[in-house]
Amino acid sequence: MANLQTNFLGIQSPNPFWLASAPPTDKKVNVLRAFEAGWGGVVWKTLGSQVKNVSSRYSAVDYHGSRVMGFNNIELISDRPLELNLREIKECVRLFPDRAMIVSLMADNDRQSWHELIKKVEDTGAHGLELNFGCPHGMTERGMGAAVGQDPAIARLVVEWVMEAATIPVITKLTPNVHSVVPTGRAAVEAGSQGLSLINTIQSVTGVDLDTFVPNPNVGGMSTFGGYCGPAVKPIALKMLTTIAQDPVTSKAPVSGIGGIGTWKDAAEFMLLGATTVQVCTAAMKYGFRIIEDLCEGLSNWMDEKGFGSIYDFIGRSVPTLTHWEDLDINYHIVAHIDPAKCIHCGLCYIACEDGSHQAIDLSYGKPYNTYTIKEPECVGCNLCKLVCPVADCITMVEQRKGPDYLNWKEFQRRGLPLNDH
Amino acid sequence: MAISNHRLTTAQYEDNFRDIHPGFATRDAALVDANRCLFCYDAPCTKSCPTGIDVPKFIKQITTDNIRGSAHTIFQSNIMGGGCSRVCPVEKLCEGACVYNLMEEEAIPIARLQRYSTDIAMRERWPLFVRKPAIGKRVAVVGAGPAGLSCAHVLSREGVEVVIYEKEPKGGGLMTYGIAAYKVTPEYCEEELDYILSLGGISVVYNSSLGKDIMLPALLQEYDAVFLAYGVGLTRQLGVPGEALEGVVDAIRFIYSIRADGYPAVPVGDKVAVIGMGMTAIDAATQAKRLGASEVTLVYRRSQDEMPCTMTELEIAKLDGCRVLWLAAPLELTGEDGRVTHLRCSVMRLGDPDDSGRRSPVPTGETFTLEVDMVIKATGQKPYGELAPAVATDTKGLFAGGDCVNGGKEVVDAVEAGKNGAAAIMKYLGSR
Repeated sequence: MANLQTNFLGIQSPNPFWLASAPPTDKKVNVLRAFEAGWGGVVWKTLGSQVKNVSSRYSAVDYHGSRVMGFNNIELISDRPLELNLREIKECVRLFPDRAMIVSLMADNDRQSWHELIKKVEDTGAHGLELNFGCPHGMTERGMGAAVGQDPAIARLVVEWVMEAATIPVITKLTPNVHSVVPTGRAAVEAGSQGLSLINTIQSVTGVDLDTFVPNPNVGGMSTFGGYCGPAVKPIALKMLTTIAQDPVTSKAPVSGIGGIGTWKDAAEFMLLGATTVQVCTAAMKYGFRIIEDLCEGLSNWMDEKGFGSIYDFIGRSVPTLTHWEDLDINYHIVAHIDPAKCIHCGLCYIACEDGSHQAIDLSYGKPYNTYTIKEPECVGCNLCKLVCPVADCITMVEQRKGPDYLNWKEFQRRGLPLNDH
Repeated sequence: MAISNHRLTTAQYEDNFRDIHPGFATRDAALVDANRCLFCYDAPCTKSCPTGIDVPKFIKQITTDNIRGSAHTIFQSNIMGGGCSRVCPVEKLCEGACVYNLMEEEAIPIARLQRYSTDIAMRERWPLFVRKPAIGKRVAVVGAGPAGLSCAHVLSREGVEVVIYEKEPKGGGLMTYGIAAYKVTPEYCEEELDYILSLGGISVVYNSSLGKDIMLPALLQEYDAVFLAYGVGLTRQLGVPGEALEGVVDAIRFIYSIRADGYPAVPVGDKVAVIGMGMTAIDAATQAKRLGASEVTLVYRRSQDEMPCTMTELEIAKLDGCRVLWLAAPLELTGEDGRVTHLRCSVMRLGDPDDSGRRSPVPTGETFTLEVDMVIKATGQKPYGELAPAVATDTKGLFAGGDCVNGGKEVVDAVEAGKNGAAAIMKYLGSR
């Protein structure tokens, strides 16, 4: 059994799975149940100045019968009294000393407010602070949340204030509502933030009600832009995570990965691209804390299978395999192959290739079952047929190199080699 | 107790003839299956439907909450798509071809999804078709069964005035009179007919038989074209002694009386033998059991491998408690006081394949005798005459289709024949 023990800036947790700052972590009763269920740590829902929430608050994107592929919220930071939150945090730390207790913070935009808030939170015995520079709604209008994270200079300034007061590790949470997360990430790290976490939610409109014509979620006939998360945002989060892992400044800070993580596989992917811990929210909101069981068991079994004794054996392992397009090997060539024994004749590969790619699949009419074969000279090896095929391993991509040597685009141009003949 | 009616209570009849393929109770339930559909290209299910319903499209339309479009997709290929969703032997048509079968997975319940969309369309009485402006042509259709209604609907959409002559007091043909009531209820048949006729441009003259109330030459004179779709006649004779005994009945007539007279009125024996193993034989056997017969035996001269009905149908019969005797051919019917009491059968074995490609039954010389008080013959129907050899007949302006041409196939085949007839008629009308 692999060892899932995690050390993030000295903060220990029995596994890398933390609950992200959100409703599941906004009060003692929830957090204690999460710890009992086995979660490695929590990021307590953001504390700051008093706010008031509206109703309704959430909306979702369903896809092909699957609910909540994407999730959106317009909820603000914790609307519970600060003193109550602090008291409960202290109790949770006392009852579960082996779990990570990070507290998310969003103080008013002045040095004194930050200093006062940090002092109060540190008195609870919490192990770390997460700076909420990412909330995309409600708080931004007040100059907080994403308004800070979108401007590296402001972010730097706030982190500097924080570092003047903080004695426990500081993690800066980055907003994805920017062209690149790297500038703010750098500013935070250069100003002293020891860790980073990303991504926060993405500004979104999940849909429009086709009867009322009001977008979701509906608050008395009106709506507002919300923060998008859930499985749909995972690819965006992974890309942003990778840019942090590739940058010479930000790559020095350990990262807590966030964005659509619902399974151990998602977690492993985030870790392979540089995350030390991962934070989960939407999946826990949909299914409850019990998902922690398979998160741990699945990751552990996979690690055993791969021979990884600890998470540090694979964190960041995939980062070097992400390169620039012009460094890819042009001589690498694959063609699709359809296994006739596995084919169920659904024709999905054919129509995808015919209408959507390179017309490289031959249809031989049959009643009721057509036969489909690859026209190898036409196949560009795009993967589309394999991606749409409903049968596992029916379509495989077979390597047929164009040349024996590695050849990238820059070298290709330098040698003046011929382009495709169309 | 010999043959008698009123064997059961009203509640028992209702229970025995309850719809065996109930539709989806909710939208969510339909979506679970609709979302499983892979949306195949040049789909095997569509190719296996005699009317060529675009199955992946209508299922996709269920998932996008476009039920109106879904129903239109079904009805434009098969105006009796609602009835067919109840009576089609889908296990050998669309669902039998579903690619999930090749993955050893449950096929998409196409019929049930088809029923979902068509039920909503009929309940809401959506007018899904609009007639083209009148083209000043009139066509007579003989028979208000699936072929006649399908032909009439296409013609009316094209702007033709259609008059259907029907010998029965109700329309629907074998859908109304010839199929087990637990598959399609009499009420549904009426609703379906009303929905088809709601297009307009089609009038039906009931209780009007060809050769008695109306004459073909007169029709040909009065109308621009005539479409014959009067279906099949009675069941083939067994050609064995004793066939005229009381208690020996025709399956088509037996099923007809269930539909026409109501369950309690239909007399049924205690010990019933049904000769044949087609869909009609199953419908007769199961309904005899459901009417209160204590023993029902299906007698078939070949083996299970050659039977014309599907496995699903056989299972219905077995679940109803019907017994099946394979490789048994009627040899003689005997009786007392003019009433049938015994059915003597030859024990058969399988010989060489016959014209149908199936192995033919050959007598072994052995015989056995069943005690019976009712024998239902379901050995296939024969056409009324040789009036209707093809879609377009040799007589100018005379067309034909459906069971009267093909000798009796599925409802869905008749619907397609009606469409083909309408296309041929439109071509003919355009060329005049």
